[in-house]
Amino acid sequence: MGRYILRRLLQLVPVFIGTTFLIYLLVWALPGDPFAGKCGERACPDAYITRMREEFHLDENVVVQYLRYLGNLLQGDFGQTFSGTSVGELIAAAYPVTLRLAIVALLIEALIGVLAGVLTGLRSGGFLDNLVLVSTLFLISIPVFVTGYVLQTVLGLRLGLISPTVSADAGFGELIVPGFVLASLSMAYVARLTRTSIAENRRSDYVRTAVAKGLEPRRVVGVHLLRNSLIPVVTFLGVDLGSLMSGAIVTEGIFNIRGIGGLVFRSIALREGATVTGVVVLLVIVYLLMNLLVDVVYAVLDPRIRYV
Amino acid sequence: MATPLLEVEGLRVEFRTRDGVAHVLNGVDYHVDAGETLAVLGESGSGKSVTANTVMGILESPPGVVTGGSVRYRGEELLTAAPARRRELRGEHIAMIFQDALSALNPVFTVGFQIGEQLRTRRGMSRRDAEKRAVELLDLVGIPGAKQRVRDHPHQFSGGMRQRVMIAMSLALDPDVLIADEPTTALDVTVQAQIMDLLADIQAERHMGLILITHDLGVVAEVADRIAVMYAGRIVEHADVHSLYANPCHPYTRALLESIPRVDTKGTSLSAISGLPPSLTRIPPGCPFHPRCPMAAERCTEELPPLAVLPSGRSSACLFAEELVAG
Ligand SMILES: Nc1ncnc2c1ncn2[C@@H]1O[C@H](COP(=O)(O)OP(=O)(O)OP(=O)(O)O)[C@@H](O)[C@H]1O
Ligand code: SF4
Ligand SMILES: [Mg+2]
Repeated sequence: MGRYILRRLLQLVPVFIGTTFLIYLLVWALPGDPFAGKCGERACPDAYITRMREEFHLDENVVVQYLRYLGNLLQGDFGQTFSGTSVGELIAAAYPVTLRLAIVALLIEALIGVLAGVLTGLRSGGFLDNLVLVSTLFLISIPVFVTGYVLQTVLGLRLGLISPTVSADAGFGELIVPGFVLASLSMAYVARLTRTSIAENRRSDYVRTAVAKGLEPRRVVGVHLLRNSLIPVVTFLGVDLGSLMSGAIVTEGIFNIRGIGGLVFRSIALREGATVTGVVVLLVIVYLLMNLLVDVVYAVLDPRIRYV
Repeated sequence: MATPLLEVEGLRVEFRTRDGVAHVLNGVDYHVDAGETLAVLGESGSGKSVTANTVMGILESPPGVVTGGSVRYRGEELLTAAPARRRELRGEHIAMIFQDALSALNPVFTVGFQIGEQLRTRRGMSRRDAEKRAVELLDLVGIPGAKQRVRDHPHQFSGGMRQRVMIAMSLALDPDVLIADEPTTALDVTVQAQIMDLLADIQAERHMGLILITHDLGVVAEVADRIAVMYAGRIVEHADVHSLYANPCHPYTRALLESIPRVDTKGTSLSAISGLPPSLTRIPPGCPFHPRCPMAAERCTEELPPLAVLPSGRSSACLFAEELVAG
């Protein structure tokens, strides 16, 4: 087990370098002048531009630039914005908010999705089944920003049940509706995945055995059926945390949440390459680690999988 | 006559599917007493498993529907019993083991967990005591190193060992009736004999009633006391082992016995009888066996022969049973 994890971590190194290099390349090799519009209405003075290009090593080979960036990154230094703010600090301020939003979304999608999936998987073809099928189709086909604006308008502006925007400290309570919006697509997916998995396993031999053992129906479903059926769902949820964090950008925009989504958005507009790179690199790290975690958890959930 | 331990009478089951109604059981009669083994024989699709599942109360429903008959345990009617009562009987009084132990055991739990589960949930045993008991049971069914293996998962066992685990699990609550649905079909020939011996030993030792569903005529001769032969959802012949082998009183049984290859290494195929079993959605009128029966006469296409008791105490559902018994 320990060796397996170590090997997997080593495998992550080339993946990490590859992806971050790609990101670096995309961000810094982008056409366009990072100093356009930096000095108000007028073009920046040549002296300023020359100084900045030198300070940020913009005239060097991009590979050399990347290696310097990587070296700093390994020491925990995400670099600076053009105005001299530490990117690390910017991320440290924004990251926890997004993480909280993503966790709220993950909990919502897990609870509602699994519950809906189990209930419909056990009794396919009934009223509830059709209701869930239609509403998940609804969620899947509507873009997230529409769900977001509709809920914001109805719950926030019309009914006044929630504040239409989230305050600066973004507590868990405030994040429920944005979390729901962020989760909606995955929630529909989790519901369907659970439903299929339950319906498939419901007829399996080991469930029949559990019934033949005279176990209570609650135990047959809650222990024997659920434990097997949730294996693919847990896998999906684990990988989805990474996607939720990167997907938060739209939701954060709608509800004015000060997370990394907003940070990236502003940084792209201002051509702050260092910030964009930093945020995306961090997302990649989360993504890779969640993938590893999922593989380990998968092997724990399903003893037939061996660590090789 | 004393009340049998377990008795099935006139059991009728249909499967209502999109393709029509399949009349899978059309009046099954059999019984088993404490300390004896009843073998149930018949071609694939004759309804052996459906009968067993209905007795256990695990018939898949829908599409399966019980449309008539009776299943009695010590005289108590089960088909109309409350679900809670049926659940109480399952495992505790009537237990069942299945053909494919790999799929019948839950892949994600240890064998100790699965064997001890009933003891914990139904006898209120502590986790540790249940595991201790599981080790004893694994030992009893002949699994070497039971103590080390109790925390292994089903996939870590060989086919024969897995079936032993399944048997250990079925014995956890000391049932008086054990239904074994083709317990050796999925196994290697050498292992088959071992499992069959184990079952026979356990049956004798615990004075259980064993219903052994099997394809293997060779095995039946060794372990069974009586045999019930099924065809198209009915028992067509019922006799003690010796009489049945010596002098089958139903043309179908005759064909079955003749179909045993002389030198046989890999079980016995019952499909060696010419013709196909009838479609259960359209069972032919009269004797259902008549399209394949070498003795079929005019009458056979009109009259459904009842399972008639012959003077010797055996029974046969053939219009010419009396002549057959005379030889
Ligand atoms: N869930 C089901 N849905 C529809 N038909 C079924 C179902 N289960 C069994 N049947 C039908 O009932 C008939 C009897 O099946 P059963 O499993 O009892 O046969 P069997 O005698 O046990 O055969 P085998 O030796 O192959 O196990 C078959 O024709 C089968 O197609
Ligand atoms: S009743 Fe007729 S068809 Fe049926 S088994 Fe007897 S002889 Fe054959
Ligand atoms: Mg069967």
